[in-house]
Amino acid sequence: MQYFVQQLINGLTLGSIYGLIAIGYTMVYGIIGMINFAHGDIFMVGAFTALIVFLALGALFYSVPVVLALLIMMIVAMLLTSLYNWTIEKVAYRPLRGSFRLAPLITAIGMSIALSNFVQVTQGPRNKPIPPMVSQVYNINGISVSLKQIIIVVVTALLLALFWYLVNKTSLGRAQRACEQDRKMAALLGIDVDRTISITFIMGAALAAVAGTLFLMYYGVIAFSDGFTPGVKAFTAAVLGGIGSLPGAVVGGLMIGFIESMWSAYFSIDYKDVAAFSILAIVLIFLPSGILGRPEVEKV
Amino acid sequence: MAVTVSPERDTVATPMQRALREALYAAAISFGLFVLFIGLKTGQNISNELVLTTRWGLLAAVVIATAVGRFLYVAYGQPFLANQKITDVATGLLPASVASRFFQLPAFIVALVAAVVLFAVNSSLVGWVGAEPAGYLQFLRALSVIYVLACVIYYFRGFIHANFTKLGIAALILYPILVVAILSLMSWSFVGGLQGSLKWVDNFGIQILIYVMLAWGLNIVVGLAGLLDLGYVAFYAVGAYAYALLGTQYGLSFWILLPAAGAMAAFWGVLLGFPVLRLRGDYLAIVTLAFGEIIRLVLINWREVTNGSAGISGIPKVTFFGLMTFNVSDPNYVAKVLHLATSSAYYKIFLYYLILALALLTAFVTIRLRRMPVGRAWEALREDEIACRSLGINTTTTKLTAFATGAMFGGFAGAFFAARQGFVSPESFVFLESAIILAIVVLGGMGSLVGIAVAAMVMIGGTEALRELDFLKQVFGPDFTPELYRMLLFGMAMVIVMLWKPRGFVGSREPTAFLKERKAVSSSFTKEGHG
Amino acid sequence: MNANPVQKAASGMNDAILQVDHLSMKFGGLVAIGDLSFAAKRGEITALIGPNGAGKTTVFNCITGFYKPSEGMITLNRNDGSTFLLERLPNHEIPARAKVARTFQNIRLFSGMTLLENLLVAQHNKLMKASGYTVLGLFGFSGYRKASAESVELAKHWLEKADLVDRADDPAGDLPYGAQRRLEIARAMCTGPELLCLDEPAAGLNPKESAALNELLIDIKNTSGASILLIEHDMSVVMQISDHVVVLEYGRKISDGSPQSVRTDPRVIAAYLGVDDEEVEAVLTEVGDEDVIEQLDTGPDAAHGPGTSSSYLAGPVTDTVGHSSGERVTVAKGASKAGQVDARSLAAANKAASQAAVPPAKAKPAPKATSKAATGTAAKSTASAKPAAKTGEISNRLAAPRGGKADNLTRIKGIGTVNEKKLNDHGIFHFDQIGAWKKADVEAAEAYLAFDGRIAREEWVKQARLLGQGRDTEFSRRVDAGKVATSHASAKTAKAASGKTASKTAAKPVAGKRGGGK
Repeated sequence: MQYFVQQLINGLTLGSIYGLIAIGYTMVYGIIGMINFAHGDIFMVGAFTALIVFLALGALFYSVPVVLALLIMMIVAMLLTSLYNWTIEKVAYRPLRGSFRLAPLITAIGMSIALSNFVQVTQGPRNKPIPPMVSQVYNINGISVSLKQIIIVVVTALLLALFWYLVNKTSLGRAQRACEQDRKMAALLGIDVDRTISITFIMGAALAAVAGTLFLMYYGVIAFSDGFTPGVKAFTAAVLGGIGSLPGAVVGGLMIGFIESMWSAYFSIDYKDVAAFSILAIVLIFLPSGILGRPEVEKV
Repeated sequence: MAVTVSPERDTVATPMQRALREALYAAAISFGLFVLFIGLKTGQNISNELVLTTRWGLLAAVVIATAVGRFLYVAYGQPFLANQKITDVATGLLPASVASRFFQLPAFIVALVAAVVLFAVNSSLVGWVGAEPAGYLQFLRALSVIYVLACVIYYFRGFIHANFTKLGIAALILYPILVVAILSLMSWSFVGGLQGSLKWVDNFGIQILIYVMLAWGLNIVVGLAGLLDLGYVAFYAVGAYAYALLGTQYGLSFWILLPAAGAMAAFWGVLLGFPVLRLRGDYLAIVTLAFGEIIRLVLINWREVTNGSAGISGIPKVTFFGLMTFNVSDPNYVAKVLHLATSSAYYKIFLYYLILALALLTAFVTIRLRRMPVGRAWEALREDEIACRSLGINTTTTKLTAFATGAMFGGFAGAFFAARQGFVSPESFVFLESAIILAIVVLGGMGSLVGIAVAAMVMIGGTEALRELDFLKQVFGPDFTPELYRMLLFGMAMVIVMLWKPRGFVGSREPTAFLKERKAVSSSFTKEGHG
Repeated sequence: MNANPVQKAASGMNDAILQVDHLSMKFGGLVAIGDLSFAAKRGEITALIGPNGAGKTTVFNCITGFYKPSEGMITLNRNDGSTFLLERLPNHEIPARAKVARTFQNIRLFSGMTLLENLLVAQHNKLMKASGYTVLGLFGFSGYRKASAESVELAKHWLEKADLVDRADDPAGDLPYGAQRRLEIARAMCTGPELLCLDEPAAGLNPKESAALNELLIDIKNTSGASILLIEHDMSVVMQISDHVVVLEYGRKISDGSPQSVRTDPRVIAAYLGVDDEEVEAVLTEVGDEDVIEQLDTGPDAAHGPGTSSSYLAGPVTDTVGHSSGERVTVAKGASKAGQVDARSLAAANKAASQAAVPPAKAKPAPKATSKAATGTAAKSTASAKPAAKTGEISNRLAAPRGGKADNLTRIKGIGTVNEKKLNDHGIFHFDQIGAWKKADVEAAEAYLAFDGRIAREEWVKQARLLGQGRDTEFSRRVDAGKVATSHASAKTAKAASGKTASKTAAKPVAGKRGGGK
């Protein structure tokens, strides 16, 4: 039982990270109907930014309290990663909006390749390990919960709450939802669609940057190729939950996190990714729009 | 377009002012983007800790370059492009196109002379001017040759356009022969020519043709039937591993294993397709991606069968229809039989023609199938699935046949790949490969065989050519590996080409039946399918 | 089950090629089609008409297999005598085996393919067989070449009929709208159908094009032996070429017969043009309209979903059904105009009968009178067919107002000047009369005034009692203050509104999204 709860906590932690990334995928899909393949690499860029800030803080100041360091890392990562995503959207996706559906997909793939190789070229291909930032572990009833995990879950919960508020209670969120439903009409009613879409990309990138920082803190190492796997898994999570649905992204992220940790704990660690992908395939076969998704409508 | 109005201030801004403003924005943005990544570098010091080193000079250079580039574009580039579309008031003609201005006769002559001279003095060049300038001169020579060829192509462009397919096939068939001939002449020996041709035939020729075949196979699924398949590499892997396993276990000949690999892949295509074909559009994409990943992970982890990450090696080489082999030690080694010098190039040349034949087979089958009802049903499926159903077409079986046929050709390509390498490992079958193949299909123009072939040549040939830029080591120092930039430039090239031609190089579709005349259908009418 | 084809000639009357029996299609709570039965005769043009939202395209989708009906049977009898139950066949087998072809309301052409290719795709199944399922065709089998040439000839034939042969090699997306419609018909005909279902073929066509369409359809009827079932709004097309017309309103059939009889049927006229009721226009803003249709909730009934399809490979209906996630829908009580006409005529008939019998002031207790139509043609979703109503009379009618002065009945919310006049005509002048009404009286009054349930809903009796006792209601105060346009102020104006806002809850939204499933 304790083992089970342990795995649950592991899964929750992982799932939080995936959920944060998945929201970016799902928001962009919801508003412009495009799968942003570069999002996983944006996550990696966020992690790298956090890494560099961490090293810079270490070099500039003798010692910085961990919480402050984390905060600064997250904020700087959010700012710069948002800049990346904003630029990418403006340069690569906006010109292709609205016409051919596959063109932005290919551009996104190209952007993904370019981003990961950009980091490889500028920072070198090797893994980048850092000394552990947070190492405290609590033991409750034989279940060990590390402070890292608590931080991740708490930060995620806070961000999601903030995010929920933003989307549901502010005029920005309303504008976003309007653009999701009917872009032309929203434009006719005076909503600046371009700006709304840009902000969507920025928000997605900010969340991914936080996920990157947390990922770096949790695993203590990052490499330029680390954008792909979490990216694909987060995308899987977004689709599993129903792409276009925000709660679906979170639900999907948690599910994937749980499946991964449970499978690697009880069966075999090698096939955990296979398990996650297989569950996706099975769920989609029976629920073609995902768990919380809206069915795609085509009027006859 | 000399002036623009800036609404905030009610004044007109000249292109210069706008350019200046845009340059400043570009500088600010690129600074933000690059300050951490280019300005600082993470490296490991002696005690294996991670430390930062600064590269402010490089950062400054990049930011300034971006700003200058943006300035030039806005100040000169945009007005120029705009003017190209405006006809001259007096003559009523559009201004001369960029291409015609670029390819001028005097320049052609200069380039031709330069190329010939540099070829002639090639061997003594290093001795005369030293290693570094010699590298530059060789690069210059390469540029001249390219310019000359480009001029020729431009001059004959009408003829080439009309007979593109025939010329293309002829060029492909003659390619190895030409390469061997040219290189033999350059080195005054047949063996030297053969050795030199290895790289050109293998890395360029065979590599490009494999991708061409894969793209033609994926074209059936994505380009014709409109099913967005992101896991095509799975069938490639199935074919390769089927060939590898059967080849190493049972030692069967290539000619038996090839259809077997294709059949295996087709079988998997049906198996994977069956449950997922009721999914639409993007859901189909993600599930096929998932399947691609599943297959790769199973290959890595199922060590008992697939030997895991180590892969399967020792795959026997292909024989020349059983008559001659390409193993030097065999009694019927081709060189011994034909009384030629020993060279590993023979195998490569044989493989080249083999893959050429396979690719042409794929193209042939595609063309024939397009004229069959099933091919037409594929294209109709891409256009409007509900209309298809209302005409009595069983869309599920139609989708399955597209999937299976595409998978079969992927399997063939995989079998060839295994035979060529002699060794297969899961690392060759990553998602990036699927992405590249899909990019080639889209860049070429969905459904157009010629466009896809050209796109493959440009993309793959381009990135392979980047390996040839070793001379740049002399410019940027020995630490500089142009190789690293290959994929970066590849990604950027993908983005740039898609921005330039969103519908692909070939913007039209050839109808398969006509009453009076065959008119190409502009791709603004074709739909891209929803799966 | 195989009808003897010879019988048809002998009997001299056409048999039905399509027989729809008790067809019902429900989406969640909305009944898009309710108990619809009709027959389309062989060799005839049958038109399915009705106002928007009547469920016509839903009928088509049920017939052609895009929806699975909740109840009912759709039988197709082919010329060779074989019959098919269309509600059981998978989507793509209906055109292939039952030979039913259709066009769509929103044109669905293969826009990236040429006209000729569009027509060749239509002949897919035939060509597949001829090519030996591709294998033989791939090797240049001569049988396929012959079939291929024949199919091109057939395509050319239909292109000529549709006057499109000049543009045979142009992409279909390049055609003007009218030509695209004709191409869709030509494509449907290339499948060799015995029943051609056309969904609004004349939509968007100008009169000249409509006339050309008429010619084309009559030509199809006469020469190709196909029967035609068409949905249409354009009356010139319907009246000129159809042999038989079926009219739907809110998913129920309200008329069925020759074009002439349907044209003059008052129920049909009412359905299209509305009931002649001035009060409705006047009172709309004040009283609010009847229960309104709120939002569309559609979603196929799970019990009749793809699980019961005979083919495992049949895709989910959700692929094709247009629906949104939303709330419940109900069709308004009394919304059916045809029903209102019936009620009106019934009431008129009753009135005539009762007046001829010289009724006393106090009438016999009114039996169960209803305000609904005699036959179950009204589209009230909760209504069940009521038996023929007996004449109802209000029990406490007066010959003249007491003291010569009638009360201002418009002070009752729900009674405007018109209704007041009617009530006066009927002998009701005072509040206490209304206040004394029993249930039977209320029903009789509703029958007379031709609306259902409103008296009870708006609590006329209660208001009347209050007012009869000399008290005031919010509404009456406003009337007295002259603030209600549809009421005339009475002598009792003394109690002007004391600043209280009259916030009656009757501020219902007037026009929500009207429209059940089509």
